[in-house]
Amino acid sequence: MLSMSTNNLSYNDQGGSDSAVEVGQETTPTSSSNAGAGFGLFSTNFKKNDDLKEMLESNKDSLKLDAMKRIIALIAKGKNASELFPAVVKNVASKNIELKKLVYVYLVRYAEEQQDLALLSISTFQRALKDPNQLIRASALRVLSSIRVPIIVPIMMLAIKEAASDMSPYVRKTSAHAIQKLYSLDPDQKEHLIEVIDKLLKDKSTLVAGSVVMAFEEVCPDRIDLIHKNYRKLCNLLVDVEEWGQVVIISMLTRYARTQFTSPWREDGLFDENSETAFYESDEKKTENEDEKKSYMMDPDHRLLLRNTKPLLQSRNTAVVVSVAQLYWHLAPKHEVGVITKSLVRLLRSHREVQYIVLQNIATMSIQRKGMFEPYMKSFYVRSTDATHIKSLKLEILTSLANEANISTILREFQTYVKSQDKEFAAGTIQAIGRCATNISEVTDTCLQGLVLLLSNRDETVVAESVVVIKKLLQTQPTQHSDIIKHMAKLFDNIAVPMARASILWLMGEYCERVPQIAPDVLRKVAKSFTSEEDIVKLQTVNLAAKLYLTNSKQTKLLTQYILNLGKYDQNYDIRDRTRFIRQLIVPNEKSGALGKYARRILLAPKPAPVLESTYKDRDRYQLGTLSHTINTKASGYLELSDWPAVAPDQSVRNVEVIEPVKEWAPSLGKTGKSKLSKSSDDKFYSDSGEEEGSGNSSSDDSSSSEESSSEVESDEEKSSSQSSEESDKSSSQSEKSSSESDSEQKKKTTKKPPQKKTVKPTAKDSDSDENGNVAKEACSSSAEETSSGSDSGSDSGSGSGSDADSHSGTEHKKKTKSKAKPKMEVKSTKEVSLLDLDDFTPTPVTRPKMSVLSPSLLGDLEGLSLSNISSTMQVSGPAFVPEKSHDLLHRMTGKGLSAQYQFPRQPCLYQPSMVSVQISLTNTSDRPLEQIHIGDRSPTGLNMHCFNTIECLLPEASVTVSLGIDFNDSTQAANFQLCTKEDQFSVSIQPAVGELFLPITMTEQDFRQEQGKRLGMNESSATITMAAANTTSQPISRQVATVANLGVVPSGQDNIHRFAGKTASTGAVVLVTVELRGESTALITINTEKSVMGPMLLRDLKRALAQA
Amino acid sequence: MIHSLFLVNSSGDIFLEKHWKSVVSRSVCDYFFEAQERASEPENVPPVIPTPHHYLISVLRHRIYFVAVIQSEVPPLFVIEFLHRVVDTFQDYFGVCTEAAIKDNVVVVYELLEEMLDNGFPLATESNILKELIKPPTILRTVVNTITGSTNVGEQLPTGQLSVVPWRRTGVKYTNNEAYFDVVEEIDAIIDKSGSTITAEIQGVIDACVKLTGMPDLTLSFMNPRLLDDVSFHPCVRFKRWEAERILSFIPPDGNFRLLSYHVSSQNLVAIPVYVKHNITFREGSSQGRFELTLGPKQTMGKGVEAVLVSSQLPRGVLNTNLNPTQGTYTFDPVTKLLSWDVGKINPQKLPSLKGSMSLQAGASKPDENPTINIQFKIQQSALSGLKVNRLDMYGEKYKPFKGIKYMTKAGKFQVRT
Repeated sequence: MLSMSTNNLSYNDQGGSDSAVEVGQETTPTSSSNAGAGFGLFSTNFKKNDDLKEMLESNKDSLKLDAMKRIIALIAKGKNASELFPAVVKNVASKNIELKKLVYVYLVRYAEEQQDLALLSISTFQRALKDPNQLIRASALRVLSSIRVPIIVPIMMLAIKEAASDMSPYVRKTSAHAIQKLYSLDPDQKEHLIEVIDKLLKDKSTLVAGSVVMAFEEVCPDRIDLIHKNYRKLCNLLVDVEEWGQVVIISMLTRYARTQFTSPWREDGLFDENSETAFYESDEKKTENEDEKKSYMMDPDHRLLLRNTKPLLQSRNTAVVVSVAQLYWHLAPKHEVGVITKSLVRLLRSHREVQYIVLQNIATMSIQRKGMFEPYMKSFYVRSTDATHIKSLKLEILTSLANEANISTILREFQTYVKSQDKEFAAGTIQAIGRCATNISEVTDTCLQGLVLLLSNRDETVVAESVVVIKKLLQTQPTQHSDIIKHMAKLFDNIAVPMARASILWLMGEYCERVPQIAPDVLRKVAKSFTSEEDIVKLQTVNLAAKLYLTNSKQTKLLTQYILNLGKYDQNYDIRDRTRFIRQLIVPNEKSGALGKYARRILLAPKPAPVLESTYKDRDRYQLGTLSHTINTKASGYLELSDWPAVAPDQSVRNVEVIEPVKEWAPSLGKTGKSKLSKSSDDKFYSDSGEEEGSGNSSSDDSSSSEESSSEVESDEEKSSSQSSEESDKSSSQSEKSSSESDSEQKKKTTKKPPQKKTVKPTAKDSDSDENGNVAKEACSSSAEETSSGSDSGSDSGSGSGSDADSHSGTEHKKKTKSKAKPKMEVKSTKEVSLLDLDDFTPTPVTRPKMSVLSPSLLGDLEGLSLSNISSTMQVSGPAFVPEKSHDLLHRMTGKGLSAQYQFPRQPCLYQPSMVSVQISLTNTSDRPLEQIHIGDRSPTGLNMHCFNTIECLLPEASVTVSLGIDFNDSTQAANFQLCTKEDQFSVSIQPAVGELFLPITMTEQDFRQEQGKRLGMNESSATITMAAANTTSQPISRQVATVANLGVVPSGQDNIHRFAGKTASTGAVVLVTVELRGESTALITINTEKSVMGPMLLRDLKRALAQA
Repeated sequence: MIHSLFLVNSSGDIFLEKHWKSVVSRSVCDYFFEAQERASEPENVPPVIPTPHHYLISVLRHRIYFVAVIQSEVPPLFVIEFLHRVVDTFQDYFGVCTEAAIKDNVVVVYELLEEMLDNGFPLATESNILKELIKPPTILRTVVNTITGSTNVGEQLPTGQLSVVPWRRTGVKYTNNEAYFDVVEEIDAIIDKSGSTITAEIQGVIDACVKLTGMPDLTLSFMNPRLLDDVSFHPCVRFKRWEAERILSFIPPDGNFRLLSYHVSSQNLVAIPVYVKHNITFREGSSQGRFELTLGPKQTMGKGVEAVLVSSQLPRGVLNTNLNPTQGTYTFDPVTKLLSWDVGKINPQKLPSLKGSMSLQAGASKPDENPTINIQFKIQQSALSGLKVNRLDMYGEKYKPFKGIKYMTKAGKFQVRT
């Protein structure tokens, strides 16, 4: 309370002095208005604050709001209202949204000064960050991050991270803004913020793109590596980004392109980009043999940037147009820069300030490239109503554009300007004429004549400027013009402008031999007025005297001495200095020595003519369109545009993971896409870019790309499968004995239970025929069985015994299938497998009933017994938390505006336990509502799938998330179905990674060992790998494993052994994973499962995940 | 980006300040005032002023300087364009953008500025979005708000913000559905002493006022699209469609907006609709000057030339004028030496003229340049370039809208050198 009152006092003291001013202002009629209620009280400043406080503490919202409005008015006027802080901050949690907003404004303004009190409000924002309304979440984050109080940095950091993965793109955009705020508050957070930036850069929303690039530019503009992967996305999104974001993105991409592409400006380069195809082909050639670099070929990404920015020249936003113009100027081949001319000229119609900046940029451009703007010369004609700085810029440009052909037009125009009432401008015109005269030798004489005529002008500035310019011109060709010099000597009496007087004196001295009669006379005149002349004139007088002394000492000796004496006692040290120097040089005495002999040669040496240059000559060292370019000095925070690299850096870094619905093995490819693609990317290059979101490429591109990529996938698969088959060979040889045993057993077609039987999953409902597990290749999963499993959900299948053991994958036919102890395996079922193996997608309904009758019913009774005791030890647990990865199901281009993505939420499926739950989020990106979205035909036709309810209508820009249940039958074969809208049908497919087919289970270590013991030999696959350095401790290992597969962690007694357990969704087969660390970086991964197809597949994925950081 | 904003009136007072980051002392504006003092005319204040720690970027509109304070490198046009957008928004909200209007609505102004920039980076500048966030003040709403205690501030995130058509709000409803398009062309010309055209260009815009229910999808096609040499579009126009078919296809924003601005190249011959006969002389040694001016129509395609206004900046030596207009009224300001003559409509039968004498400062030498004459005029129902709208179609909604298209030609920067 005490502190409050002191606060109050001090404020009132200030306020007192303010109020005096206020009273005066308030009496003016302008402010007597509806807001005047607030203003009216200004005069009674002492009462006012108490008054406001009272209002804020009342319980009426309207009073509070009134008070806040008055406080805001105070702030707007720049008055101090900080002492109301405690009263205001109480209202931060108000329900009234306008009141709340005004409190926010206040809070942001004064939080810095009242840090302790500001902390009181933080919890409100933390609560609001969880609000279901995205606007409230966003504004809470905005305000929280705007409160510049260092103590809350950790809270801000947390909030930013959370908001960066918010559902609402608007909130994510706000978080991008918050990054910059936090960075300026605490630069130590840089590393963490870069992580968030990296994440947000991957965001596909156009709303976020501009803001995050802004944050990137502010926080880490040098981390160009973060851009690589997003480069093409940014290029493609650019047109849809809001205009301010476009400016930022374009300038960032300009810098990026200068570091990544080679120069398109090589003079000898052949610019044969006539057809896209030729261009693409040749590019391939280039990458094949790098040495052949004779002709320049533009990187397709470089071309992509140019192509996608060009439409923006038509933007209504002048800043966007100029930023595209500078991009073309700095990046495009010389012959393409011309496209920007028209747009720039168009901007000249805009506001005065816009004209100023645009003209500056044109001035710089026109020096280097006259041809660009010459056709538009008349657009730069000066109007009498233009502001002075606009006029001089136009003059500058006209001068640069002048050439032999148009000089007469320009000079005629200049004649009008010289007569302008704006004398500053007239003087500028004379300089411009001088420049034209030196640049174009044909008109030098004409210009000189014209300028001499101007010498008789009545206006002194004009005459003076003419003298200066004539002096420069004469210097270039002094021989013929002694009469002009004489004329100027006559003018000397009338001209008072120092620069002009100095110029005349200099001319006299320099050419004194041509005007021997006049020069001494001029010296005489100036000697009289020497003391009252300006410094510059005095210096030239001394010079003239010296020169005349050397050439005509008879007449001028006395005059010279007089001037030198005057100069000796001048107030200005420069003049005293010069005088002393000249005296020593020209007057021979004993001290002068050798230098005196050369005095003549020193003073009367032929001097090179000055070059009249544009002041914009050197501006091109700054990037066009920047602040630095405008002020011609380096502004703080200016980022240099680097020179083109001699050799382009690896272009494959920009390749992005391919997400293709048609592809097999999509998820595993996704994980490894980076490394793999970069190895062999060159030929696949175009397909990548074709698949990018929003790319203008047609669907034909897409399909071709998918062909390419799928072939690529296959080869990869072969590679890995051969690898794994080697491994399984190994393991199989270990279990040779048992397998031979089982072989014989199998023939007997016995139903004897093998020891593994006990491992059957707890849920009796878990139906499913074991045959599924037998299917080796994922592509062959039998639809026939699927339906059967659907029907006999009650029967429990012995999936534990169900795994046959071909070591599968592409080469499995050659491999000898070794089934380990599959006593209950019927001959029929094996036959079935091979049948399905051959023709994948032809389900044979005839065989179906047989199977469903035979296998499950037989097994059901037998296994029911063992269920109960196992269920207590092995329980399905919740999934480990891993970042959810969503995959494209339907691209918005192919879906005519409907886009769909799917992800595996890793929750047990609600509809049927044997199903894997899939979440699909549907978004309508078109501009019309989509009606009746539902699932149509599926293939294989028997696919057991729980569809979502038909969505009646999806409004534009709305999105909805639905969940599906799909029984994949423990295979990674894609589920194909049709997504239908009222009008269209789109074929889509969901391709599960093997790891998604599991459910995690928990068990004790002891149980784990026990279960493991039952799954040795054929059911075990293992591999020794070299782990990435980052993965050698338990946490990363668990994380990596969890990312790959939905498995639960089993507590382990040993530090170096990590165990994970799960069961397959359809058949409930147990899967046990052991990672045993051996030495520094090697580890042995062992997988025990009856699903001998899934084992090696999982092994492969795990190997890959653990091997990379 | 933009650190702070100061609003400075013509007498050099800061009447509003807003900071988006830490507070910048208003003393930073001293550098601006210095530049203002140095400039002879208000327009001559340089738009970009470097100071030791900041950069000041200013625009001048409605005799108010909007001075933005910048701390580091940013494209100057970015700031300039934004400031102009701020002015446009104020105009949109308050009808006028004057010091008084801003002071009266200071809270709304503050709310707007708060929404338009976040941490100095533009957040929402689209008028449709802003109007959903903050309702424009009207008398009715002010009354209602005081009674019911409701507010000007929207509670929901504007739907446009998240959609692919951010410029249009959803749920638009009108009882009368109407769409009006104004094709307005401005002719910029410089005519020399002898009456020949030095340069002439036509700049046109299509301003629209669209009040249509729902989400209409409009297409507008021209009879002669080839005339358009260079165009810039409102973001709603589908560029690809224009490229391919020369058809404007767009989902319009709600309310008033500028659909298109275009340029008809100077290569085409431009018909100059008026001519000026002038005889302005100053005799050496005499303190009198003669002033004669006659206007007449030329190539107006049969349409009347209206709202003619002639203005001229006479030389400094002129003390006063004694002129006689045959129609309209004329004024001469002896301080600024600005002569303006409000002619009205040109009657081809009886051409308007302004004749008389000017009195000059005694003893002063005769001015070496004759004044330039600026002319403003309007021609209704015709677009000078001959641009014609072919048809306007609406898709996506079922009702029949009322459609209207108006043509007009105006003088832009039309100067006659004498």
